[in-house]
Amino acid sequence: MSGTALDLSWRHGGAPWGRWRGEPGPWPVIGALVVLSLVFQAVNGNFLSADNLVNLTLQSASLGIITLGVVLVLMVGQIDLSVGAVSGLAAAVVAVGFVQQGWPLWVAVLTAVLLGAGIGGVYGLLTTRLGLPSFVVTLAGLLVAVGLQVRVLGSTGSVNLPYESWLVRFAQQTFLHPVASYAVVALVLAAYVGSRLLERRRRVEAELSAASLPTVAGRAAVLAVVLLVPTWYLNTDRGVGAMVALFVGLVVVADLLLRRTAWGRSVRAVGSNVDSARRAGIAVRRVYVTCFMACTALAALGGVLSAGRLAAANQGTGGSDLNLTAIAAAVIGGTSLFGGRGSAWSAVLGVLVIQAISSGLTLLNVDSSVRYVVTGVVLALAVTIDAVSRRRSEAGGGVRR
Amino acid sequence: MSAATDHGAGHGSGPSTTAGTPVLSLRGVSHSFGAVRALVDVDLDVHPREVVAVVGDNGAGKSTLVGIMAGTIVPDAGELVVDGQELGLTSPGLARQLGIATVFQDLALCDDLDVVENLYLGQELRRGGVLDEVAMEREAWRVLSRLGARVDSVRAPVATLSGGQRQTVAIARALLGDPRVLVLDEPTAALGVTQTAEVLTTIERVRDSGHGVVLVSHNMADVQAVADRVVVLRRGRLNGDFDAEQASYEDIIAAITGVSAPRRRRTAGEDA
Ligand SMILES: Nc1ncnc2c1ncn2[C@@H]1O[C@H](COP(=O)(O)OP(=O)(O)OP(=O)(O)O)[C@@H](O)[C@H]1O
Ligand SMILES: [Mg+2]
Repeated sequence: MSGTALDLSWRHGGAPWGRWRGEPGPWPVIGALVVLSLVFQAVNGNFLSADNLVNLTLQSASLGIITLGVVLVLMVGQIDLSVGAVSGLAAAVVAVGFVQQGWPLWVAVLTAVLLGAGIGGVYGLLTTRLGLPSFVVTLAGLLVAVGLQVRVLGSTGSVNLPYESWLVRFAQQTFLHPVASYAVVALVLAAYVGSRLLERRRRVEAELSAASLPTVAGRAAVLAVVLLVPTWYLNTDRGVGAMVALFVGLVVVADLLLRRTAWGRSVRAVGSNVDSARRAGIAVRRVYVTCFMACTALAALGGVLSAGRLAAANQGTGGSDLNLTAIAAAVIGGTSLFGGRGSAWSAVLGVLVIQAISSGLTLLNVDSSVRYVVTGVVLALAVTIDAVSRRRSEAGGGVRR
Repeated sequence: MSAATDHGAGHGSGPSTTAGTPVLSLRGVSHSFGAVRALVDVDLDVHPREVVAVVGDNGAGKSTLVGIMAGTIVPDAGELVVDGQELGLTSPGLARQLGIATVFQDLALCDDLDVVENLYLGQELRRGGVLDEVAMEREAWRVLSRLGARVDSVRAPVATLSGGQRQTVAIARALLGDPRVLVLDEPTAALGVTQTAEVLTTIERVRDSGHGVVLVSHNMADVQAVADRVVVLRRGRLNGDFDAEQASYEDIIAAITGVSAPRRRRTAGEDA
């Protein structure tokens, strides 16, 4: 008996570093990140400095949270074009609620996130009950959200958040204490090794193929390096931002939900083939609605955090290319536009690529036009890899629906 | 998800059947797709310990009938009786709960999911709130080997399997959870000689354990090998109900094609 959960590509629900015949897995993105880093570092010695990388991670966090939501929607084969606008609306709600209406800050934050979830609920109902394409529904949602954002912000069009509010402090100045960061890493490693050993024992008892102890140790060692080196390096400067920790924490939760729960399985099933999923007895509508709601709630949270980071909300928050950047990041990170394949970790990888390009070109003092072009080329490459690997696995697939 | 009886409940009860209550009965079922009348006033009884073969030409309405039993199609008219209880089979999940398992003609697999994930889709085994991959994988190997399936890895996406392997996976999925009524739409179309034999043996085993089987097939050899009763559909209507022991190949072919044959009968009930 060959075949364990470890053989499985991450896009098919395996571990993030999982690999499967003919599937590139996350390696192209990681390769792209390495190449980009080396090139930028060669041109400007500051790129890989701890200071710059701390900034890069901070800039990645709110976009990453928005991208995580986009990943969920792409996984069910839908799209949400309104994430930028929803994040802008959420930022406006927090700023106006807290500063102008005098709500407690946590109430304002909660309201913004719930409003976001509500918008996703409406998308879900319109697509599942009326059968409208999510492309159009979310485009309409984008316009409505932008209109609401302008209306909420009122005549001034911009509201500043006080620097001493916890939201701004959380987003700008809060970093994990080095001891705390290493403690988290140790906990994660212990949980990983523990769960691997437990699963190994159960697999051996069930007479299934199981990873050998050296393999488990090897993987744990790789994970330790992957976690410890960045943590240590960031700690030589300001450290791991609280917002960054929140983002990674959300990714871990989403990853576990997608890979270890029946809900996650139904998300991938619906994205892969809705009709089959429905006939397998899955409540397809509920899956769509939860994904749309999670997406817009995460978009709203991302907007709230970016308002905290800028200590302001204005008409430009969440505007311009944020929608497209978040979708591009999800696809660059390895989530398929065709549904059914993806991983929560693609939000991390994709956002790192996008921010590396942006940060590197800023260091080089290059015009933003170049940034758009480079990002566009990387996106095209990512979609090509996606489409080619999909076609290859179809070619091997014999009968198709 | 509710078991609302939202289709025509006003039908008189059909002709009563012989010994034993059917596990599943269709009464006066009709269904149209736009102008196409896929099924017209069809009655069908499936008894315990019985393999009912449903045969008919392409487009005769066989898959529509399967869809109605599987809960994926809610018929325009007619009623469905399970265990003597009339109900509206309004969702595939409900059909499964009632013990009706279906192998669809297009298999209804999810290509991006692996074999184990497909087998347990919608009925995952859990352990403390999370999926129990170990138990599912162990059971997957067990049920697949019972079908004589040859798969290298139960963790490969089904997109990479051959047509026959995919069909075996779909059949294995229907067998999980010990269904009371097994509905198979062309289950052997893509299978080789050995696998076909295994599937036919499995059908007999399911029957011998007291369950009902509905077998839709174009393959007369399969039908004659396992069927106890042969029901013929022609252009959406019942066009014959034969005892498999007694009916000749020619009788059945005549009923399928509509060429009148000397011993053709048109009864909705059971003969034997
Ligand atoms: N979803 C649908 N929409 C419209 N028409 C349909 C649909 N499904 C089936 N039909 C029509 O209903 C009729 C019966 O189709 P059905 O699939 O039940 O036939 P069948 O007996 O299974 O044929 P085959 O042997 O080719 O599988 C056909 O005329 C077909 O065109
Ligand atoms: Mg058919």
